[in-house]
Amino acid sequence: MTGPPGAGKSTLVEKMTALFRKDGQTVAIVAVDPTSPYTGGAILGDRIRMSSLFCDPGVFIRSMATRGSSGGLAFRTREVCDLLDAFGKDVIIVETIGVGQAELDVADTAQTTVIVLVPESGDGIQAMKAGLMEIGDLFVVNKSDRDGADRLMVEIQMMLDLRPQCEGWRPGVMRTTASAGEGVDELVRQIQGHRDYLKKYGILGRLRKDNVRSAIVDLVRQRLEEKFWENAGIRSVLDRLAEEAAGGKMSPYQAFERLLEAREQNGMKPSTNKEQSDHVR
Amino acid sequence: MSRKLRILIAKPGLDGHDRGAKVVARALRDAGMEVIYTGLHQTPQMIVEAALQEDVDGVGLSILSGAHMTLFPEVMKRMCEEGLEDRLLFGGGIIPGEDVETLQKQGVGKIFGPGTPVQAIVDYIHETVRVGDV
Amino acid sequence: MSDKIRSEKNQWRKKIADSKMRDVSFDTVSGESLESLYTPDDLGGFDYLKDLGFPGQFPFTRGVYESMYRGRLWTMRMFSGFGSAEDTNKRYKYLLRHGQTGLSVAFDFPTLYGRDSDDPVSRGEVGKCGVAISSLDDMERLFDGIPLDKVSTSMTINGPAAILWAFYIVTAEKQGVPPKKLSGTIQNDVLKEYIAQKSWLVPPEPSLRITVDTMAYGSRYVPRWNTISISGYHIREAGSTAAQELAFTLADGFAYVERGIQAGLDVDDFAPRLSFFFNSHIDFFEEIAKYRAARRIWAREMKNRYGARNPKSWLMRFHTQTAGCTLTAQQPENNIVRVAWQALAAVLGGTQSLHTNSMDETLALPSEKAALIALRTQQLIAHESGVTATIDPLGGSYFVEALTSRLEEKAYEYFEKIEKLGGITRAIEVGFPQREIAEAAFQYQKAIDEKRRIVVGVNDYLIEGEDLEIPILKIDPRVETDQCKRLERLRKERDSGKVKKALDDLRNACGSRENLMIPILTATREYATLGEIAGVLKEVFGEYREPPIYW
Ligand SMILES: Nc1nc2c(ncn2[C@@H]2O[C@H](COP(=O)(O)OP(=O)(O)OP(=O)(O)O)[C@@H](O)[C@H]2O)c(=O)[nH]1
Ligand SMILES: [Mg+2]
Repeated sequence: MTGPPGAGKSTLVEKMTALFRKDGQTVAIVAVDPTSPYTGGAILGDRIRMSSLFCDPGVFIRSMATRGSSGGLAFRTREVCDLLDAFGKDVIIVETIGVGQAELDVADTAQTTVIVLVPESGDGIQAMKAGLMEIGDLFVVNKSDRDGADRLMVEIQMMLDLRPQCEGWRPGVMRTTASAGEGVDELVRQIQGHRDYLKKYGILGRLRKDNVRSAIVDLVRQRLEEKFWENAGIRSVLDRLAEEAAGGKMSPYQAFERLLEAREQNGMKPSTNKEQSDHVR
Repeated sequence: MSRKLRILIAKPGLDGHDRGAKVVARALRDAGMEVIYTGLHQTPQMIVEAALQEDVDGVGLSILSGAHMTLFPEVMKRMCEEGLEDRLLFGGGIIPGEDVETLQKQGVGKIFGPGTPVQAIVDYIHETVRVGDV
Repeated sequence: MSDKIRSEKNQWRKKIADSKMRDVSFDTVSGESLESLYTPDDLGGFDYLKDLGFPGQFPFTRGVYESMYRGRLWTMRMFSGFGSAEDTNKRYKYLLRHGQTGLSVAFDFPTLYGRDSDDPVSRGEVGKCGVAISSLDDMERLFDGIPLDKVSTSMTINGPAAILWAFYIVTAEKQGVPPKKLSGTIQNDVLKEYIAQKSWLVPPEPSLRITVDTMAYGSRYVPRWNTISISGYHIREAGSTAAQELAFTLADGFAYVERGIQAGLDVDDFAPRLSFFFNSHIDFFEEIAKYRAARRIWAREMKNRYGARNPKSWLMRFHTQTAGCTLTAQQPENNIVRVAWQALAAVLGGTQSLHTNSMDETLALPSEKAALIALRTQQLIAHESGVTATIDPLGGSYFVEALTSRLEEKAYEYFEKIEKLGGITRAIEVGFPQREIAEAAFQYQKAIDEKRRIVVGVNDYLIEGEDLEIPILKIDPRVETDQCKRLERLRKERDSGKVKKALDDLRNACGSRENLMIPILTATREYATLGEIAGVLKEVFGEYREPPIYW
C-alpha cells in the first residue's frame, strides 16, 4: 500500500485487515515511516490508526524507519517479510509513503501494489512521480466522500490507457471511504483477483526469483561499499579531495579516480574503528 | 555502530492531554531514537502488545488522569508475562512521591514530574537502556 | 511629522546600538520578536475610525458594549464539580441557595468521550474529574429538585454534546418545562477537540453535521440556548502560540458559520448565539492584543464575508480562563501572582466572563482556600485596581496597537494556509494545526530547558530541596461500582424492545438528512444510554483516530 502522505493508507490497512481476519486469515503489517535526515531518529505513528487490531493475536504489526535510503530499506523490508512469511502469516501488508525512490523500491518487492490516492491528488497526478503511477497493480481513490473522486477515477483510467499493458491484467480502479469502511470489501476482492491472476500466469514464481535476485544485487552493493570504506584513512582522503573539488580544482569524477588510486596505492589496511562505516548499515 | 534505540511512548487512560507525551516523543526523536507513538486512549494490554511486536527497548507512559496506581502495575505485570521484564518502563505525570516509591519498588523506572527538562529524559534512557551491538 | 520622528528614532537607535543588553530572550512567550520601543511610525496606515472605532461599534476593537465595565462588570464564573450525580446535585442546591443563578457542569472523562460508566475503558475514571452521566436517569438525578426554567446551565461537553443536551431537554420535559424556557450553553465545539483537547466521538465531517443539527434545533425550539462556545482555551493549553490560538479558534468559528449557512440557516438567526472562550496566558501585552484582534477580525468577517446584517452577529462575546499550563508545581504560591496579571490582561482585553485558576490547580482539584483566593483576585481587580473605570485603557498605545495588528496579520496568514489545505476540517485531517501546536509546545519547552526563558521556581530561583507536596484527591471507588450497578438495573428495567427500535430509527436517520436531534431525543426518552446512542453514531460514521504527527 503506497500513496501520498495522509491518503488514508493506514486506515485502509486496518479495515482490510479486519476483513482478512473475518475470513480466518492471519495478517502481518509492516508500516514504514521516514527517518529524519537531520537527527537519524524517527517517529513511527502508523499504529495510531490500527489500534482496533492491537489485541488480536492473529495480527502482528511492526513499524520500521527508513533509516536513510541507499537501497537498504527495500532490502530490510524484504527480510522482514520473509521472516513473517516463514512465521506463517497468510497476508503481509507493507505500508509506505509514496515519495522517494526508496519507498518505490519497497513497493517493488510486493506481489501486489496498491496505490492509494485522494480526490485532491487529481491536480498533481500528471506531476506525480511517474514511478508511482507505473508500479500500481490496483488503484484506490480513497476519501471518495469528497468532491472530485469521479474526476480522479476518470483521470486514472485515462492514464492507464496510455500505460503499456500487461498481458491479462488491467489494473482495477476503485473508490473507497476508508474512514467509514466503504469499498474496502471490493478492494480485498480485487487483491484476491490480482493474486489469482499472478498464479494463473505463473508470475508468482518469477516475482519470487526477481526478488531474490535483487536481494543478491543489494547485498553486492552493500558489502562492496562496506569493503570500500573499511580502510583506515580513506575518509580523510575523501575529505581532502572533497575540499579540492569544492574549490574548483577538480571535478567529482576526477576526485573519485584519485580516491580509487589512493586506496589501491596505499594498500590501506582495514580500519578497526567501526564508526568509519557508519553510513552503511 | 550502535544499534538504534526504539522507545514506545504511550498515553493510557481517557484523558486527552498529550502535550507532554508529544514533546517527549519529539525530543527522543531529535536525540536519534526511533519512537513508536501509539496515540491516545490505550489500554495496558494494547501497550504491552505493541511493545512486544515492536521489540522496543523501553516503554514510556504519560499519565495525568490520576489512574497511575492502576495503570503502571498492570503494564508492568503484563510486560513480565510477555517476557519483557528486561525492558525499561518509565513515565511522566503528576504523581505523588509516595506513589512513585511504591511503583519503583515494583520495578518501574524513573517517573518524571512537572518541570523536568526533556534532556534529563533523553540522558536517563541513554544511561539506563542496555545497548547491544549492531 | 512622521519623517522627523523616524529620523530622531534612528538617532536614538544609534545611541543605544552599543549599549549592553541582558543576555535573555525579549521575544513574547509565543516567540514574536519585539522592538525595545514603539513610536507612531510603528502604526503604519493606522486609521482610528476604521481600526478602532468606539466601544459597542464596528469593528468592536475597543469592546463589545458601549459602556463596558462601567455598565456591568464581567461575570465571575467559576467552573467546578465532580463525584456522583447525587453529590453534584447537593452541591448545586447549595450554590443556588447562596444566590448563584448559573450552574456549570463538569463531566468525567468517560462521559466526555461518549462512554458509559460500565464500559471497560472507563475503569478507574468514573466520577474522577467530573460527574458521571450515562443516561437520562443520571441527568434526572443530577437536576432533581432544581427547576430548569429558573437556572441557566453551562455544560462543558463536546463530541457527545447533542446526546447530553437531549438528556437535559428531556429532564426538563419531565419537570414540565418546555424547551423554549431553557437557557444555558453547551460547549459543542468539536473542531477544537480534534485540534487539541481530544475528546471526540466520530470524524470531523459527520460531527459537524451533528453540530449543525444542534444549531438548527436550537434556533427553532430552544431559542435561549447557546449551542456553541468556540474555544481557544484548550488549543493554547496544548502548547500553541497566541497567534495560533487566535487563528485556529476563529477558523473553527468560520467553519461553524459556513456549515450553518450551507444547511440553509440564516446567519443572523444563529450567529448572535455564538460565543467564544479564550485562554489568558502569561505574556501580558500579547494577550491583550489577542483579544482586541479577535474582536476586530470576527466583526469584519461576519459582516463582509458572511453578510451578517444584525450587529449582534458581528460582536464577539467571550469567556476567559487563566492559563493552567503556566502554573508551576514548584513554589505554588507564586501562581497567585501569575493568575493575577493573567486575569488583569483578560479584563484589559474586554472579556465578558472570567474563571481564575487556583494556585494548586496543576496538582489537584483546588482546595477551598485556593479557590477563594482565585475568586478574590477577580474582585480585587474589579474594585481596587481602578482599571474598570476606563474602557480599553491601552487603546492607542503604540505598542499595543502594533501588536494587535501583528497578531491580526499572523491570523490571516494562518487563514490562508488553512484555505490552501482545503479548509479547517481538511487541515485537521492532515494534522496541520496539531503539528503547528506540537512544534510550538516543543520550542517553548526547549527555550525553558535552555534557559532562554526563565520560569521562576522551575529553571531558576529554585528552593533547594523543595518538597513537591502533591495532594491527590481520592474518589471513593464506590462511585464507580454504584454507577455500574445502577446501569445494570436500568438496562433490565427499561423496555428493551422500544430501546432497540429507537436506536434502529437513529441508525436509519444517520443515513438520511433528518435532524438527528429528533431520534436522539426519542432514544433518550426510552432510556437508551450515552454509550448506546454514541455507539450507533460511531457504527455509522466511523470512529475517529488522530492523525500521526511528523515533524
Ligand atoms: N474524509 C475521509 N477521511 C479519511 C478517509 N480515510 C482516511 N481518512 C482520514 O485521513 C487522515 C489520514 O489517514 P491515515 O490512514 O493516517 O493516512 P495515511 O495515508 O496512512 O497517512 P501517512 O501514513 O501519514 O502517510 C485521517 O484523519 C483519516 O481519518 C476517508 O475515506 N474519508
Ligand atoms: Mg499511515
